[in-house]
Amino acid sequence: MSVKLAAASARAAFRATVPILIGFGFCGFSYGLYMHSLGFEPIFPIVMTLTILAGSLEFIMASMITGPFAPLTAFLVGLLVNARHLFYGIAMLDRYRDTGAMKPFLIYGLIDETFSILGRGEVPEGADRRWYYFFVTLFNESYWVLSTAFGAVFGADLPLDTRGIEFVLPALFLAIFVSSWQQERQHVGSLAGLGITLCCLLAFGSTYFLLAAMTFIIVLLLLFRKKLSSITGTVS
Amino acid sequence: MTTLQICIMIALAALATQITRWLPFLLFRSKTPAVVTYLGTVLPSAIWGMLVVYCFRNGPLAEGSNGMPEVLASIVTIALQAWKKNMAVTIAGGTLCYMALVQWLF
Repeated sequence: MSVKLAAASARAAFRATVPILIGFGFCGFSYGLYMHSLGFEPIFPIVMTLTILAGSLEFIMASMITGPFAPLTAFLVGLLVNARHLFYGIAMLDRYRDTGAMKPFLIYGLIDETFSILGRGEVPEGADRRWYYFFVTLFNESYWVLSTAFGAVFGADLPLDTRGIEFVLPALFLAIFVSSWQQERQHVGSLAGLGITLCCLLAFGSTYFLLAAMTFIIVLLLLFRKKLSSITGTVS
Repeated sequence: MTTLQICIMIALAALATQITRWLPFLLFRSKTPAVVTYLGTVLPSAIWGMLVVYCFRNGPLAEGSNGMPEVLASIVTIALQAWKKNMAVTIAGGTLCYMALVQWLF
């Protein structure tokens, strides 16, 4: 029974992660190719992918490790670029509470794309909630690691023009944004995220705006807690 | 840099990333405060808006682009998602459209 349930959950997780497979197929492949073009052996992007496991930071680190030794910068940039994960963790706190032995793996692998699926809160019919979390996390990580390895090892031999492939990231977030927009009853959150971040980008420039935007978003959401709780139906 | 120095930098970036993932779970171990639960429900839609802006923080993505391919491909992406409601179709369609635009047209 348990094996059957796990298998059903794995199938459901695979169906839910097909878009990620396509997106990562593109993106991981270009990351591996990029590292190869910088002169690194395939082992470097593969180890980076397994340990850092955060696409945008991996791209940033790829250029940083070709420069001077700057451990503190590496650490701070890592915190700053990935500070959004704090939000994911907060959103998943209660859902991951009873996941037992899987929990460390689920937290380690809570990447943007995994949150984009599990953060929606739906579990397909016939799937076990915890196995579904596990397989979505595992599949997404595997797609990223394998496509990176593929790009690093074989990328240079393929006669492909990959210019423009970097649009895969905006396409992913635009798709999630639109689908979240269509599901919500009011758009205060979506518009606040978009508007505040845009204002911060204009005010603080592209290096520091993310930290400011996150602070303002949280402050604003806390200030309007009563109002937003009543329209979204959140118990608070 | 020596290989050891490269490894140290990669390890620190990995450590920083893991801190951002573990912190909420370590801080709110026994019971999630109501205010944090509230943030967990309203934050995601704001995050998606934030990340869309984040992707375009440096203006056009491709070198030498005047911004038109980005605008057109974004419109195609949004329209595809609104119409088909299928993430795989949207992401592949939007990206291929952008690749075609920067490689052939602009």
